[in-house]
Amino acid sequence: MTNGWPHELAPYFEMLRIRRVEEAIARRYSDQQMRTPVHFCIGQEAPAVGVSMHLTLADQVMSAHRNHAHYLAKGGDLGRMIAELYGRSTGCCKGRGGSQHLIDTSVGFAGAAPILGSTISIATGIAFKLAKFNPGEVVVTYFGDAACEEGVFHESLAFASLHSLPIIYVCENNLYSVHSPMESRQPDRPIAELATGHRVPSFEGDGNDVAEVSMLASTAVNRARNGAGPSFLVFNTYRIVGHVGPEVDLNLGYRTQDELDHWERKDPLVQEMRRLGLPTAAWKELSDQMEDSITLEIESAFRFAIESPYPDAAEVALDVVPS
Amino acid sequence: MRKLSFASAILEAQEYLLANDPSVFVIGLGVPTNAGVFGTTVGLVKKFGPDRVLDMPASENGMTGMGVGAAIAGMRPIMVHNRVDFAVLAMEPIVNQAAKWFYTYGGQVSCPLTVRLIIGRGWGQGPQHSQSLQAWFAHVPGLKVVMPTTPSDAKQLLIAAVNDPAPVIVLEHRWLYDTVGPVAAQSTGEQLGVSRLMAEGTDVTLVSCSYMTLECLEAARLLATIGVSASVVDLRTVSPLDMTTILGSVEHTRRLVVADTGHTWFGISGEILARVAEAGINLLSRPLRYGLPNAPTPTTASLSDVYYPRAIDIARGISSQVMGANAPLLEDPDLGKPLDWPQRAFTGPY
Ligand SMILES: Cc1ncc(C[n+]2csc(CCOP(=O)(O)OP(=O)(O)O)c2C)c(N)n1
Ligand SMILES: [Mg+2]
Repeated sequence: MTNGWPHELAPYFEMLRIRRVEEAIARRYSDQQMRTPVHFCIGQEAPAVGVSMHLTLADQVMSAHRNHAHYLAKGGDLGRMIAELYGRSTGCCKGRGGSQHLIDTSVGFAGAAPILGSTISIATGIAFKLAKFNPGEVVVTYFGDAACEEGVFHESLAFASLHSLPIIYVCENNLYSVHSPMESRQPDRPIAELATGHRVPSFEGDGNDVAEVSMLASTAVNRARNGAGPSFLVFNTYRIVGHVGPEVDLNLGYRTQDELDHWERKDPLVQEMRRLGLPTAAWKELSDQMEDSITLEIESAFRFAIESPYPDAAEVALDVVPS
Repeated sequence: MRKLSFASAILEAQEYLLANDPSVFVIGLGVPTNAGVFGTTVGLVKKFGPDRVLDMPASENGMTGMGVGAAIAGMRPIMVHNRVDFAVLAMEPIVNQAAKWFYTYGGQVSCPLTVRLIIGRGWGQGPQHSQSLQAWFAHVPGLKVVMPTTPSDAKQLLIAAVNDPAPVIVLEHRWLYDTVGPVAAQSTGEQLGVSRLMAEGTDVTLVSCSYMTLECLEAARLLATIGVSASVVDLRTVSPLDMTTILGSVEHTRRLVVADTGHTWFGISGEILARVAEAGINLLSRPLRYGLPNAPTPTTASLSDVYYPRAIDIARGISSQVMGANAPLLEDPDLGKPLDWPQRAFTGPY
């Protein structure tokens, strides 16, 4: 991750940038111009940032429906992401994919798909290729706690273990699958233990603490780079807004204000500031600089998107198969 | 008769089934939550308890197999997948097992599994959240495939599906959920496999199912303004396909138009055209079909009008078929409106 800030501040800046992007999308979402289901990652920025710190441009990343942080932290182009949400021809999928299908192959973001578990196995296939042809390069695939309920999770981990593939499976456990709590979907056992039966080493940590994420990710990425095979990382975290769309959905009654408050106190940005010993006297100026550069970047991304053309009608049946 | 929304009619059918048959249970992701699968399962857990109204892990493949097992053991599971696209993970137990169980084991054990699958269109649902895969299911011998259009059918055909000894796939269109119509309080003992004449005309027969039947009825209304009289046949059950009503109408009008929510190629519309051709009816003009082009669904709203057929497309196609170059130009009543959502009150996201 090279966002121009000193090493010490870079993760904080990157999380702040992702947060502000999501907030900007949320603010404009009701304009009805981004007609694509957006699964906001507000509150879940740390895993993406803490993992990406250890990745090179050549390393490959995949994600699922809640993918904005993963895409941005890997260096995915912001303008093309926003244009994708606006359904424009300059979007990273030319408007065909929307929020749930980001891609930026120029920075190793290999794709995101909203069918649960699908990119767990697809990423395993990329790892199979890298192991043979690009030794030293690794794959990261991000998914939620519910994706671990799909059979492909086990099938993929077993195969990766069998072939010692260079892949890191990253589960962001935010306690919910849409509005369904863990108790109605999974037995009472740690998700992290699911991998050990496949002899995939497993590490669990605070997914709202970017330093802890980074420490665990470093171990897993090094293992993969050195040919020691796959790892499973489970990060405990929480999404602040609803499953889809920008509203805080306490009205649905599946979670409580207390729970939300608890996790807001554990906000990854707040925790990281505390770890950095901030705010110091110089902080105000630094923070303003960060906010200003982020605001500029976001404004220019939205301008790019809004000024871009829509795809023309003829494009509807273009690229169905490669010609 | 009292009126209900399509979504409430589905809810009422499940209430009726749970109350009257202890072997019925409802399972699916989010079924017991307050959102309750777009309102179609709201309150069921309170009335019937968590043993009969269950949440489900995101394990479509395994859970559908579990449903097959419960069904062959004598239960009547109603399994819900929030999008047909998620049920693609469940194709193995549906296609290989449920569909073939009764036949393979010598007609001894039936598999009365009902799978509710939700289809839709528009509002950025995109390539993996808005398919209409009825043709896949209809292609498999041993499955029955139901696509209700009216709130009444949403209720009565779901009851028929669950009471049917065969495995039944029920495809519910999201754009129908808020439509309102008369629904009988009791079960009317409706059977699967019977299509319905929704409008009677003399110049052309429109055959369609699910949401596209509403577009066809609107097309018939538009055509009436220029003096073209159209029959509309609603399939209700895609498989087994009831050809009696269709053939009766086409023999009379000698013109055929089929509209489907799915892809045109290799789909329901091709099957109906083929059956009419096989029946040897001489048509007065080329048959027409309306469906999705041979391309995945683009997410961008800007392509919805070229991707999804609407009443005006159907009506214009028919008017030139019937009246040739003399056909007056039909105005598009939805000109300038957003075409990728069902009603203006809807603000997304799905
Ligand atoms: C195969 C499949 N089943 C169901 C869904 C519907 N669905 C979309 S997101 C979601 C919740 C996923 O929860 P989790 O994996 O924990 O990720 P989170 O949304 O919490 O980030 C579900 C069930 C889906 N997309 N794919
Ligand atoms: Mg989750």
